[in-house]
Amino acid sequence: MYTEKVMEHFRNPRNMGDMPDADGVGTVGNPVCGDLMTIFIKVKDNKIADVKFKTFGCGAAIATSSMITELAKGKTLEEATKISRGDVAESLGGLPPVKMHCSNLAADGLRAAIEDYLKKKEAKK
Amino acid sequence: MRRVYMDHTAGTPIDERVLEVMMPYFTLNYGNPSSIHSFGNEPRQAIDEARSKVTDLIGAEKKEEIIFTSGGTESNNLAIKGVAYRNKDKGKHIITSSIEHMSVINTCKHLSKQGFKVTYLPVDKDGIVDTEALKKEITDKTILVSIMYANSEIGTIEPIKEIGEIAHDKEAFLHVDAVAAAGQVPINVQDENIDLLSLSSNDMYGPKGTGALYRKSGTNILPMIHGGGQERGLRSGTENLPGIVGMGKATEIAKTEMKGEAERLSKLRDAFIKGVLDRIPESYLNGHPTMRLPNNVNVRFSYIEGESLILGLDMEGVACSSGSACTSKTLEPSHALLAIGLAHEEAHGSLLFTLGRQNTKEDVKYVLGLLPSVVRRLRAISPLTPKDLVT
Repeated sequence: MYTEKVMEHFRNPRNMGDMPDADGVGTVGNPVCGDLMTIFIKVKDNKIADVKFKTFGCGAAIATSSMITELAKGKTLEEATKISRGDVAESLGGLPPVKMHCSNLAADGLRAAIEDYLKKKEAKK
Repeated sequence: MRRVYMDHTAGTPIDERVLEVMMPYFTLNYGNPSSIHSFGNEPRQAIDEARSKVTDLIGAEKKEEIIFTSGGTESNNLAIKGVAYRNKDKGKHIITSSIEHMSVINTCKHLSKQGFKVTYLPVDKDGIVDTEALKKEITDKTILVSIMYANSEIGTIEPIKEIGEIAHDKEAFLHVDAVAAAGQVPINVQDENIDLLSLSSNDMYGPKGTGALYRKSGTNILPMIHGGGQERGLRSGTENLPGIVGMGKATEIAKTEMKGEAERLSKLRDAFIKGVLDRIPESYLNGHPTMRLPNNVNVRFSYIEGESLILGLDMEGVACSSGSACTSKTLEPSHALLAIGLAHEEAHGSLLFTLGRQNTKEDVKYVLGLLPSVVRRLRAISPLTPKDLVT
């Protein structure tokens, strides 16, 4: 059902875990629907210096979370904001059609984390 | 890697003894049972014998009460639509439950659009149909009560005999979907007040594409498939000869071996359930603890989702299924799990293991050995897991 790449990320998720001193945190999804994702970012010089995730959900939800952390790391905030759901799916060699909407939330999660960071930065001023 | 198949509700392997008796009917005894010439004799006799074997399994009075079909779904369709269309002058009310198989629920939904009124009875937290609600809902206009013998997902066995008494008090027919139960627990249609009973061959180690409907004499139904008048006019179409012969053998084996096999599986099941609940914190049993199919283990784990559990176990060679939304075509969690009162997020975290003939004590030990680490790993990834549960 899933590509080898999806299964590889499911087996060995990258950058999984909490980040107590995160600069931005984004949570998307809903456990009622079966998928909930939290993305943590650390920002330095307008770039994503570190990124971590925690996810409740199916194989696709876990693999896309893992993949977004790889895609986002080292990017400027502008570049990272532009990463789309399609980019995540493509990097994983594709997702089953039914999973494209419900479980492919990672790009939204990353954007939510960046927005959270920008809001906090604005508040500090 | 060890491979352990524990998804027998999804499909069983054909018993080799079944396959053996089927083989001649593909190439040697290929005649049409309806033919007058001698090529039709042997097939006609073979179907007759198969019919007797199915009759024996369910304690029917006579073999003419068995109609061969293409499987459980067709049997459920024929029973429910057959009764509805034939008896609509008496009334247009049908009663079923909220945990039936989709082939019952969607047939009832179809009939709702045709002007029939359908009542879905609630079940309790263990999945037992509320018979008090049945007594309240049933009226003189009720023509059919359709309740499954046992639920294929949560394994709960229903009080069929009592339900039959209530139905018959109002002169409604009782249809029972016994696809999950037949061959696992003894069924007696005469003792248990059953007028119509659906069976599937593949749930008893017989071939796919074959099933049967028991129809008690005097239970009037209309056929759904019209044609050459086979199966006493109730199911036309040339008989699936190898399939029917195979189903006959499968029911014979099931009847002979049921007692021993049910005892063996029940022990494995109970050890499995206890093993899971003892080893894994915040794990729970779904379905009734004792009124339960011998092969059914349905458990749920807080904070994680079923599809990722299936994938995690599949990586270790274990096959099972889940009531999670992610594993259904509709992206909704199992209706049976919701009907026993689980929240969506609880239903998502369920796993269903259905044991079978080739499963051993060692298989259960193997699964119990690796399940805690699969659960632990996914809980470590989940943002919902409380800190003290991640070690």
